[in-house]
Amino acid sequence: MFHFSNIVRTKGDPKIVEGGPSLKQPADQLARALGWFSIGLGVVELFAPRRVTETLGMEGRETMVRAFGVREILAGIMSLSIDKNAGLWARFGGDGLDAAALLSGLTSNNPKKGNIALALLMVGGIAMLDYRAAQDTKPRRPPRNARRKLYPNRSGFPKGIESVRTAARQITSHAGHNEVMQGDERRVP
Amino acid sequence: MKALVWHGKEDIRCDTVTDPEIQDPRDAIIKVTSCAICGSDLHLFHNFIPGMLPGDIMGHETMGEVVEVGSGVDGKLRKGDRIVVPFTIICGECEQCKRGNYSVCETTNRKRHLADKVFGHTTAGLFGYTHLTGGYPGGQAEYLRVPFADATHIKVPPGIPDEQLLFLSDIFPTGWQAAVQCDIEPTDTVAIWGCGPVGQMAIRSAILLGANQVIAIDCLPERLSMAEAGGATTINFETESVVERLNELTDGKGPEKCIDCAGMEAHVMPSRPDTVLDRAKQMVMLESDRPHVLREMIYVCRPGGIISVAGVYSGLSDNMPMGAFMNKGLTMRTGQTHVNRWTDDLLRRIEEGEIDPSFVITHTVPLAQGPEMYQVFRDKRDSCVKVVLKP
Repeated sequence: MFHFSNIVRTKGDPKIVEGGPSLKQPADQLARALGWFSIGLGVVELFAPRRVTETLGMEGRETMVRAFGVREILAGIMSLSIDKNAGLWARFGGDGLDAAALLSGLTSNNPKKGNIALALLMVGGIAMLDYRAAQDTKPRRPPRNARRKLYPNRSGFPKGIESVRTAARQITSHAGHNEVMQGDERRVP
Repeated sequence: MKALVWHGKEDIRCDTVTDPEIQDPRDAIIKVTSCAICGSDLHLFHNFIPGMLPGDIMGHETMGEVVEVGSGVDGKLRKGDRIVVPFTIICGECEQCKRGNYSVCETTNRKRHLADKVFGHTTAGLFGYTHLTGGYPGGQAEYLRVPFADATHIKVPPGIPDEQLLFLSDIFPTGWQAAVQCDIEPTDTVAIWGCGPVGQMAIRSAILLGANQVIAIDCLPERLSMAEAGGATTINFETESVVERLNELTDGKGPEKCIDCAGMEAHVMPSRPDTVLDRAKQMVMLESDRPHVLREMIYVCRPGGIISVAGVYSGLSDNMPMGAFMNKGLTMRTGQTHVNRWTDDLLRRIEEGEIDPSFVITHTVPLAQGPEMYQVFRDKRDSCVKVVLKP
């Protein structure tokens, strides 16, 4: 089977013949997709806020859209990192902010309210995905109060710690004695 | 053969790969009998150290039996010899090797142009540890090619189980060098940050070298209990102030010697805001390391003291308190371990029953379970401290 990574192997080094199973779960792939989506959306909001506000009939709110863009980019980066769970929860919280901002523009005199309704629908769908991914990528660290095995008998010193300490003391005092002797000799004219 | 292969961040798989071949007359091939997952493998698992490529075989703590020898090994190894493989590949002939500075061997990094650019000068080639250090296939596999095998080996006698000898490859000499670098005197207090496998070895080494008091700092009960068993007084940094406790235990003067066995992935806690800032900067690639432990050591170390860094750092660390470091007249000693400089002495200590490094093993599993064990080790599940893999 062809494996792309084999191209960069040094001649003679082992090459992959057959790939083993990956421990990555579908939720990890979803988190990754949401992370990149978040960065993409954030870049649009940061650099083209007027296009966004015009589409939604919410002109004058460009600063807010830019701020949301920064938030999206940071949450996206976090979702792609090893702390993806925190990133996904940050995204879920951001979905709430997005929905609140959109609802504030859903007024009867907004000629683009149809676009806002569509955007709200999309935010709702994405929020469901964010929630699902955040639930499925919970860190598997044991909780603080979990019962843990302790290792009080694993000293690593088959003859006991005291025997080691005594031996070390003898060696250091012997070395110190030698040093004094040498020092005395050095003082002899 | 089967091997644990890096495919990307948090993605290690047990793949079938082609067997290694002799590439150079100084090579040997071993059949791996035991290998282990090292704490520094987790930095690669998290993709925090640059230079990994999909398809790289993991692992730098390995031992086994020689099954093939190149024509240039010159009788120093024979088929059937039992060897531990030091994680640093050494030529034994360059100026640094002759001085015993094996981890900065000038010859063995086959991608030295990368290391020259990133570090200023090349360091030794390492097994399974990024292309910055040669991109050599690692030892979490059924077979391993050992380059420069005439120098890169520790011959071990029969009759002692693998579990007692395996850690001569890395964590035992690493903990030992961390302690030796402190120039320990009989009146010294040695404080050790991080009670993972290297921290545990550093604790035992400090005791063997005659420290008056050893203080171990961590937050995991199982690791603290193991540290206490090894003769250390312990501090749980989640429930106590490290600086206050260290000052209490040293009459307000601070420990003379401080050892960092935590490295670039210091624990992130809201109560230590610098760790949160480091993590945020690390995420957006504004900083590569989280050096909280270094900052704390500089702050708490007794003036004129020594700081020894065994934990791995990969690149750039921000906000280092250089004012305190300079004005307190501290000395910092660092480095990947010069494994072969210490192993004759350490092997003798194992043979004489002075120390048994197998105390640190909490999990022994077949190689195929390796990918899962990376997660268990990373998440500290099941009170995991050290994983040994059996191909």
